[in-house]
Amino acid sequence: MKPLLKIEDFINDGIDQVGGKAFCLAKIHELGLTVPKTACIPCRIYEKYLNQTRIKDTILLEINKKPFKHMRWEEIWDISLRIRNLFLTTPIPQDIQKDLFSLIVESFGNNPVAVRSSAPGEDNAASSFAGLHDSFLNIIGADTIIKHIKLVWASLYSDAALLYRKELGLDIHTSQMAVVVQELILSDRSGIFFGLNPSNSNESVIESVYGLNQALVDGDVEPDRWILNQSSGKILNHIEPVRKQYAVPNAEGVGFADLSGEKNQTPPLDDQEVFQIWETGRKMEALFGRPQDMEWTFCNDQLIVLQSRPITSAGFNESDDKRTWYLTLHRSYENLKKLYIKIEHHLIPQMSADAKRLGQINFQRMTTKQLCLEIEQRQTLYDHWVKIYWADFIPFAHGIRLFGQVYNDAVTPADPYEFMALLEDTGLKSMERNRLLEKLAQMIRSDIDLKTMLEDDMIPGTDHSFRSLLDKFVEEFGDLSCTTGSGNECQYGDNGIIRLLIEFSRQPPKQKHTDGPDIQRLKEDYMQSFPAQKKNFAADVLHLGRESYRLRDDDNIHLGRIEARLIESVSKGQSRLSDPLISADEQKMLLKIPALSRVSDDVSRSLEPALSDKTSKRWFKSRQIVGHPAGPGIATGKARLIKTPQDLLDFKQGDVLVCSGVDPNMTFVIPLASALVEERGGMLIHGAIIAREYGLPCITGASQAMQLIKNGDQITVDGYLGIITCKTDDL
Amino acid sequence: MNNHMKNSLEQITTLFGSQMLAVLSTQSRDQPYASLVAFAADDNLEHIFFLTPTTTRKYENLIDNPKVAILVNNSVNKADDIHNAVSVTGIGTAAVVETSDKTQLLNMYLKKHPHLKGFSKAPTTAFICIAMKRYFMVNQFQNVIEIQVKS
Repeated sequence: MKPLLKIEDFINDGIDQVGGKAFCLAKIHELGLTVPKTACIPCRIYEKYLNQTRIKDTILLEINKKPFKHMRWEEIWDISLRIRNLFLTTPIPQDIQKDLFSLIVESFGNNPVAVRSSAPGEDNAASSFAGLHDSFLNIIGADTIIKHIKLVWASLYSDAALLYRKELGLDIHTSQMAVVVQELILSDRSGIFFGLNPSNSNESVIESVYGLNQALVDGDVEPDRWILNQSSGKILNHIEPVRKQYAVPNAEGVGFADLSGEKNQTPPLDDQEVFQIWETGRKMEALFGRPQDMEWTFCNDQLIVLQSRPITSAGFNESDDKRTWYLTLHRSYENLKKLYIKIEHHLIPQMSADAKRLGQINFQRMTTKQLCLEIEQRQTLYDHWVKIYWADFIPFAHGIRLFGQVYNDAVTPADPYEFMALLEDTGLKSMERNRLLEKLAQMIRSDIDLKTMLEDDMIPGTDHSFRSLLDKFVEEFGDLSCTTGSGNECQYGDNGIIRLLIEFSRQPPKQKHTDGPDIQRLKEDYMQSFPAQKKNFAADVLHLGRESYRLRDDDNIHLGRIEARLIESVSKGQSRLSDPLISADEQKMLLKIPALSRVSDDVSRSLEPALSDKTSKRWFKSRQIVGHPAGPGIATGKARLIKTPQDLLDFKQGDVLVCSGVDPNMTFVIPLASALVEERGGMLIHGAIIAREYGLPCITGASQAMQLIKNGDQITVDGYLGIITCKTDDL
Repeated sequence: MNNHMKNSLEQITTLFGSQMLAVLSTQSRDQPYASLVAFAADDNLEHIFFLTPTTTRKYENLIDNPKVAILVNNSVNKADDIHNAVSVTGIGTAAVVETSDKTQLLNMYLKKHPHLKGFSKAPTTAFICIAMKRYFMVNQFQNVIEIQVKS
């Protein structure tokens, strides 16, 4: 059984073995058109690898831990990351490896290649979901090529593929993956041909860039665009972009270089070449029987077809769910770098300035009309920042994942989350807040008079150092009870914080955990796994990952401040509404504001009634709930369910925090907690991040934990296995 | 009855309906023992029935110590079992059925296991009823719920 087939063998072996991409290339080659030198690792090698190494069983376990319908995209990302690492760390059986190695050396030597997916059915007319599986460019050397073959296999379970598993018919028992290895063409110019303009069926479209096609496919470089008459190839329109850069192969795979002055001003194709591409596209259409989406390149003025697949009406844009948005979260390194500058240097300072400005406004002298205007303006401002949060901040979190992938590819660690250790200690805003809380608690611990005074519900005057620090805290972070994002009215004021501080002061300060791997050694190992020419890239991605980790938490704190200012104004409106001296006109004016006319919903109302059936002797209890282990360690404590902001202020030392989703604005109670349980899933969500900072056991993705666990239940959180055990009566 | 309990009882009923055999655990003189039995449960899951020759070790054990455990699962000996299989353990107290409704209960049992009719008639066969106290259901590898059916 040959593990590497030549293009001449593809058609005989059949599409089921070589996959759609390889099969189409063979047909194009058979027609006499130029394609790059291409070989294929057929599906049976993938199947053999899966069965001989038994990783099929582990994949089964991974993808069946929890029904997909109960998973958030973060959890799907995590599964994909773990499966990817499984492929990376599982060697190909010796007999296959040996043959594959020698055949790759024989076919490609040390020439750079592209390693691409070719799943049977992936590009057929019924389901054109290009980009769900991975392709890698500029891969050199048999060992590296084999590593990337495994990564292409792993991409059968990429997060995108898992999201579209139904459309793809993804099934571990039957799904297959062939891999195409293709000589990399050092393109002068490249692009795509779209046989049918999606907005006009009488037209075809050509897009072209200088250099490699990758820049166009990833959207990193704006292409020249020609609209053609579909049947004659006549140019109807040419849209010229501002040409600045082009993609070139480099140590990282693909990099960017500035275009020369002359090329800046010249389209990558002349009219004759545009026609030549159109003509070739038509040949493809005749060959495959339907309009094609063709990738092509020019090398030394020779047109080479890289791949061709049918255009379909189905695709990402057809779905009416959020998956298309999830896919946009995948950002390239270049894109993330730009996003970082935007967030760090523009958005966060603007957000902080907005929060500060709002904090300086005094409501006392405002007329009702002015107050209504102020609430509306704050609502508009908050909505504006929420939009930015989804458009820029959330996608930037992909920096953590990009780093994780780069780390795992380079280091191939046994633990796919080893990279997380290099992200910690980035100076999270929430940790700064918690340090300030601890300072206040320490003042209470060391001053018995202050403690007595606070316990008697008295607050020292403004000249007291505790009071000035407390005021500073409230100014900086709000009074905590208002900012958990549920929109509930703030009820406790300073007293809520003081209750919490007294609770903090009852126990010695919780230190940030210091156990764990040797960070310096991990960092050195990481850097050493890159060749000299890639070390800058390695360091940049690490930096990006750390900033992404920090901002993932901080952005919520900043958004929380804006929200707190909105709630503050709404709260003021509510108290004015309840003022008996208010006029009918003023009342009408206030009630026009949606936030004031809404009847407050009791959050807990939607929860199920108590689980015990009091009318009979029967009872039901959850004994074990399984989630994902997100912070190692084991702890037992009383469950404290967080349904409203006020629940946080009743939090006691040693309680286990149980919530549907940890918001960074809630994490001030973490130093009191013995463990953390979150219904929302994912290794990289806030709860998991902050729990790791304190070295607390943490479980995420524990579906229905808020319904299955009752307040006060004695529960044990096993953060190694991701299992919550609830104490039940003895047998 | 809340939804969680209702759904769980339904799942157990479905599992019991789909399986013919259960593993019975007995114990005597500090020595646990396991055996396979053809079982049936009543509609409200409060009782589980099986037949056993009176010469067997399981019979001796349960006469000596009537506290037993029983396990029913739908694994099919494949890797998928670890997450697909549902397993239910029940604990309760076993006794030989000698009450007036024995015929009615035995008929209910034989409806599920008609081929055991001859076996049930032998004078050396005992018809056993376990009065169930609590069930433990495991699914999705490690999710466990407990249902108390009788205190």
